[in-house]
Amino acid sequence: MDSEKELFTVSVFSENTVGLLSQVALIYTRRCINIESISASTCSIPGVIKWTITSIATRHAMEKVVLQIEKCIEVLKAFLYTDDEIVYQEVALYKVDTSLLMDEPHLEEIIRNHNARILDINRDFTVIEKTGHYSETTALFEELKRYNLRQFVRSGRVTITKSEREFVSEYIEKQNQRKNGSQQG
Amino acid sequence: MKISGAEGLIKSLICEGVDTVFGYPGGQIIAVYDKLYDYQKEIKHILVRHEQGAIHAAQGYARSTGKVGVVIVTSGPGAANVVTGLGDALMDSTPLVVITGQVASAFLGTDAFQETDVVAITQQLTKWAVQIRRPEDIPSMVARAFYIASSGRPGPVVLDIAKDAQAGFAEWSHRSCNFIRSYNPHPEIPVSDITEIADMLNNAERPMILAGHGVTIANAEQTLMCVAEKGNIPVATTLLGRSNLPFNHPMHKGMLGMHGNLGPNIATNKADVILAVGMRFDDRITGDVKQYAPDAKIIHVDIDPSELNKIVHAYKAIHGDAGQLLTALLPLMKHRDRDEWLKLFKKCEEIEHREVIDPELHPNKQKMNMGEVISIVSEHAPENSICVTDVGQNQMFAARYFGCRSHRAFISSGGLGTMGFGLPAAIGAKIGAPRREVILFVGDGGLQMTIQELGTIMAYDVNVKIVLLNNSFLGNVRQWQELFFQGRYSQTEMTNPDFVRLASAYGIAGENVTVREELEGAINRMFDHKGAYLLNISIDADDMIFPMVPAGGSINTIILNPTTKLSL
Ligand SMILES: Cc1ncc(C[n+]2csc(CCOP(=O)(O)OP(=O)(O)O)c2C)c(N)n1
Repeated sequence: MDSEKELFTVSVFSENTVGLLSQVALIYTRRCINIESISASTCSIPGVIKWTITSIATRHAMEKVVLQIEKCIEVLKAFLYTDDEIVYQEVALYKVDTSLLMDEPHLEEIIRNHNARILDINRDFTVIEKTGHYSETTALFEELKRYNLRQFVRSGRVTITKSEREFVSEYIEKQNQRKNGSQQG
Repeated sequence: MKISGAEGLIKSLICEGVDTVFGYPGGQIIAVYDKLYDYQKEIKHILVRHEQGAIHAAQGYARSTGKVGVVIVTSGPGAANVVTGLGDALMDSTPLVVITGQVASAFLGTDAFQETDVVAITQQLTKWAVQIRRPEDIPSMVARAFYIASSGRPGPVVLDIAKDAQAGFAEWSHRSCNFIRSYNPHPEIPVSDITEIADMLNNAERPMILAGHGVTIANAEQTLMCVAEKGNIPVATTLLGRSNLPFNHPMHKGMLGMHGNLGPNIATNKADVILAVGMRFDDRITGDVKQYAPDAKIIHVDIDPSELNKIVHAYKAIHGDAGQLLTALLPLMKHRDRDEWLKLFKKCEEIEHREVIDPELHPNKQKMNMGEVISIVSEHAPENSICVTDVGQNQMFAARYFGCRSHRAFISSGGLGTMGFGLPAAIGAKIGAPRREVILFVGDGGLQMTIQELGTIMAYDVNVKIVLLNNSFLGNVRQWQELFFQGRYSQTEMTNPDFVRLASAYGIAGENVTVREELEGAINRMFDHKGAYLLNISIDADDMIFPMVPAGGSINTIILNPTTKLSL
């Protein structure tokens, strides 16, 4: 068994029901695995919520976590990924003083170099947005730190798989066949 | 026509085939009890003496019948009192629907009188837990609850119903549930897997079947027997799978695990192919996993995919139903001579008889042993008896020395090991199977954990035979103290009441048995008596359950008796 800990991403597809979050969170808690980031949103399948949870643990532990998550009645499917199997992004927002933007010639250059953009600006402060991998949003953070950064926040990860097949759609398709079968028989 | 949520609940229960419920009323469930009053013909309510008794009784009922056990309790303390039973039922895959009253939805989250967050507390101990706040949701939620509790790997479900949902009115119509998009309890086992498993078993020189509770739940005991006979393959059973094969069937080689039989435990570590079906490799079975079944290709079949590769790595992990697998395997099985292999079991049996069983059954001392008592009760018990146990030495001795000869004949708290399970579970088992003799083996510690249920026996005239194996100690803990803590009996000696007089206060017949000469007569009187009976049998506190694989140890560390370790 490989006991190396690494960063894993779990994608969970579930119904939109009350209480599921605490159930899933407890699966991590029980194994003393820290959730590094979490995000949830609707996805391309009507009524289905997709969650993306990252954590650092062994593959062995994560495989069990995924099976336990799938065991929740309202969960359709859960998948375990390493970074090479997915396309993923995070969004970070940075708040700086607008006066600095005016006074510091480097600031604009930094924003440009990092492919970030200005989201909101007023007399007092400016909000900068950067989309990218963790390391990229962190790199911008490190640079802005020097300029009296007032706030910094980063979203949970969102992911799309690189696989050819869409396993959740296939699962729902199969389940619908079962449904029709069970209603005829 | 609109009816109240409470009435809708009861009508939906009836639609799901419920005719018996176990419960205890209270302020937040009183509307349901009021309606039960109108439906006494359709639903028999068993009023227990404590909510823990209600849920263990429902477990006993579910396990003797295969049906869903139903519990009704009030909010707060009532709900909290069923928590142990939920954990027990989850571990032991027992189908239950537990209905808890809840404060009115407007009061939720306000620390109202008798409010507890039941869904939050029970989420980790149930297969599904949900709160209902509107009367119109009751029929569909009840239907879902029964579907989830009884399908796939069965388990307990909680419906937490707010007071206003019980009191409010709504149109009612009930449709049973047989589909939930996010849930698939009927995995298909591919034909190619079946043929591969059959080939592996047929070609194996030293194959073995480990048959667990899943076989019982799938009602596949008969098929298991045919597979074992046709393939000439020895079978070992887990604690909860003890009645998968008649105890005296030539292919049934005994029990696995910490206090299991020598043959099955030793053979596990010599087998070349192991078919593990409907069992989950509990640590009380494997001991040290690293040294477990080193030579075997393990085929693990379970309806719960999260059990596969959880503890032991399976050569073939099959997500599927035990019954479906065995039925599909049967026509493919081929007889093969395995005399050498089967001789191993014979040899182990001889050693075990010499070192463990004979001294247990025929001691040359005055005081009685648990094993000898259970074995004599077993000889006198009708063939279709159900053996219920509590937890501790009484449980392990019953598992070893009671000879189960029929379907669903062994009921015990396996995964959680809940003391106090036995008495209420026996009551529920008897109510579920009134024509079968129900015999409870219980210790003096465990009996006192739910002894108030003698009141339920009295009230409903429940004919259970209570065999109290009274060693005036928390025997199982004492044994560990004896073996591993230099005989320092810290807090394990019990000062006990006069149990026979106590039973008699409840109108239950009984007698004390203090010497061996009285035993057989007393057992006969117990079985001849029409109604519940309590035998309070004095047991030698020094009697210990063997063989024993110390926790976390391997098969090589089996202790045969206080002075003999197994040397192979
Ligand atoms: C509710 C609960 N508390 C504690 C234990 C730990 N425990 C396991 S066996 C045992 C002793 C049981 O004693 P008794 O009921 O007299 O049965 P015996 O072992 O003597 O047959 C104890 C305390 C338990 N299993 N369940």
